[in-house]
Amino acid sequence: MDEKLSIVARWKEERESQIRGLKLTIYTLSRSPLSVIGFFLVAIFLLIALVGPMIITYPGDVKGAVHMDQKLRPPSSAHPFGTDEVGRDIYSRVIMGTRLSFQIGLIIIFIAMGIGVPLGIIAGYVGGWINEIIMRVTDIFLSIPGLLLALAIVGALGPGIKNAMLALSIVWWPGYVRLVQGKTLSLREESFVEAAKAIGASKLRVIFSHILPNCTSPIIVKASMDMGMAILFAANLGFIGVGAQPPEPEWGAMISVGRNYLPDRWWMATFPGLAILITVLGFNLLGDGLRDILDPQSRI
Amino acid sequence: MKWYVLKRLLSIGITLIGLSVIVFTISRIAPGDPAKLAAGPDATEEMVQVIRKEFSLDKPLTIQYITYMKGLIRGDFGRSIRTRHQVWEDIKLFLPATFELVFVSISFAIVFGILFGILSAVYRDTWIDHSARFFSVTGVAIPMFWMGIMLQLLLAAKFHLLPIGGRLDTMVSPPDPITRFFLIDSLITGHWNVFRNSLAHILLPAFVLSFPALASITRINRAEMLEVLHKDFVLNEKAQGISDRIIILKYALKNAFIPTLTMIGLRYGWMLGGTILVETVFDWPGIGNYAVAAAVYSDFQPVMAVTIVLGLNFMIANLLVDIGYGFLDPRVRYG
Repeated sequence: MDEKLSIVARWKEERESQIRGLKLTIYTLSRSPLSVIGFFLVAIFLLIALVGPMIITYPGDVKGAVHMDQKLRPPSSAHPFGTDEVGRDIYSRVIMGTRLSFQIGLIIIFIAMGIGVPLGIIAGYVGGWINEIIMRVTDIFLSIPGLLLALAIVGALGPGIKNAMLALSIVWWPGYVRLVQGKTLSLREESFVEAAKAIGASKLRVIFSHILPNCTSPIIVKASMDMGMAILFAANLGFIGVGAQPPEPEWGAMISVGRNYLPDRWWMATFPGLAILITVLGFNLLGDGLRDILDPQSRI
Repeated sequence: MKWYVLKRLLSIGITLIGLSVIVFTISRIAPGDPAKLAAGPDATEEMVQVIRKEFSLDKPLTIQYITYMKGLIRGDFGRSIRTRHQVWEDIKLFLPATFELVFVSISFAIVFGILFGILSAVYRDTWIDHSARFFSVTGVAIPMFWMGIMLQLLLAAKFHLLPIGGRLDTMVSPPDPITRFFLIDSLITGHWNVFRNSLAHILLPAFVLSFPALASITRINRAEMLEVLHKDFVLNEKAQGISDRIIILKYALKNAFIPTLTMIGLRYGWMLGGTILVETVFDWPGIGNYAVAAAVYSDFQPVMAVTIVLGLNFMIANLLVDIGYGFLDPRVRYG
């Protein structure tokens, strides 16, 4: 009995700073219930994306099936979100659209980070004319409204989900360059970097062991907010007709088709839109909450 | 100050050149033969060759770029495959509609964003604050095109309060093209029914287009006002007996406005991109609609042109924002 207590007490002492950190996180979260809501929304989103195929009622309807006898039915117990113009169950398609949107968002963010973060670190750390060139190019990309640039790229490459993802990655990477370059610039002057260099650390070691780990917080905050926006932009492109093409169950494309059947068959356009709204809202709130926890100095 | 503006204009020029390089590269990485595309599906090999020569597509890329740039400086954006007009003619036709829409939207977003931000900060933690914060968080997340469709459904189709789309009813003839802004032209020429009609038509698209900007501006203005209102100098002013209204409007707002102005500039850019969606939903005859129709048709000369035009517009807006800093903050002095 005594031994058990002292083990627990010892564990608590060893982890004291981590426990304090955890308490601070919980306190910060409790101060902003919105972030908790965001966290749960994103958790639900991820859950649906994962178990999607298991909770849909008409797996065949997701892409290819055609049931003309069922077409354009309003929401009912058999079809909670109604059916579309070829009789597919909208609920199943919205659920599988979650999975699709998650993949799209993830790929876009990862490619954008993959290009943007290294470039930003190089620009910030090496400085000089390399910095000038990289930031100049970044500024050029950031001077065009994102959706326009994406439209231009997909307009040239042709419609389709792969081209849309590529276009959106190209729209997104400059943001990461700016973020990381700024952070690297300020980190470069820190005393621990100077100390590392003084004991002979190579450039690579300084970058990987000191600069990069300190960049992760703002990157994570930005990535979580960008995830929602990337999904939104992908839906925008899908709606215009240059993103995901039918019969993919992409929310934007579904709304585009459903638009033709308004105002009577309102369910075709309404439910995918709600899905987009809730998803983006969740990621935005999560990003806000993460910023409060991880990076309190940065502002809106 | 003048030198600063000149330096910035030079910088804009350089950025534009960079933009044109990017746009040109995009247009040339397109798969397929642009000459074949321009010629159409039933063209013979000779016709394709003629087109290739006409558009200098047989010359090396650098020569093509120089030809392209020479054309750009003259204002020649090429020819649209879809409409068969010069792209520049099409843009001249559609641009005023977009500018009118964007102008109304951004004005609405700025005025009401600042207003709600102030109200939200002053009446902190009341229902005013909570509702403003709620809508400022959701406003950024809501898909613009879906919101437009839902509002069309409710206000136009179900309750017939507002028109579904377009700039005017088909029966109403547009006013004399003085500024090509229907709202202004109809007011100047005194055609009240045209004014009312165009106002009714612009209401929904402008509201939808402004919504995310409105939400963001409200949010940041609220946060900044809260910051400023807690500062010592505000306490000092209150102690001196200056009325609350003057404190808020004259002293606090000026200080809070700088980050708000940054956000306004940022959101203006997103708004320009958003015209693509809103004009499509509401059948608004602007360049956003034009660019979408072209993109879907694989006609990319118009898309490139619209990108450059709106990109330039965004750069100028950013310049105005930076000049605005100079007016707001005496510590920021250019030149």
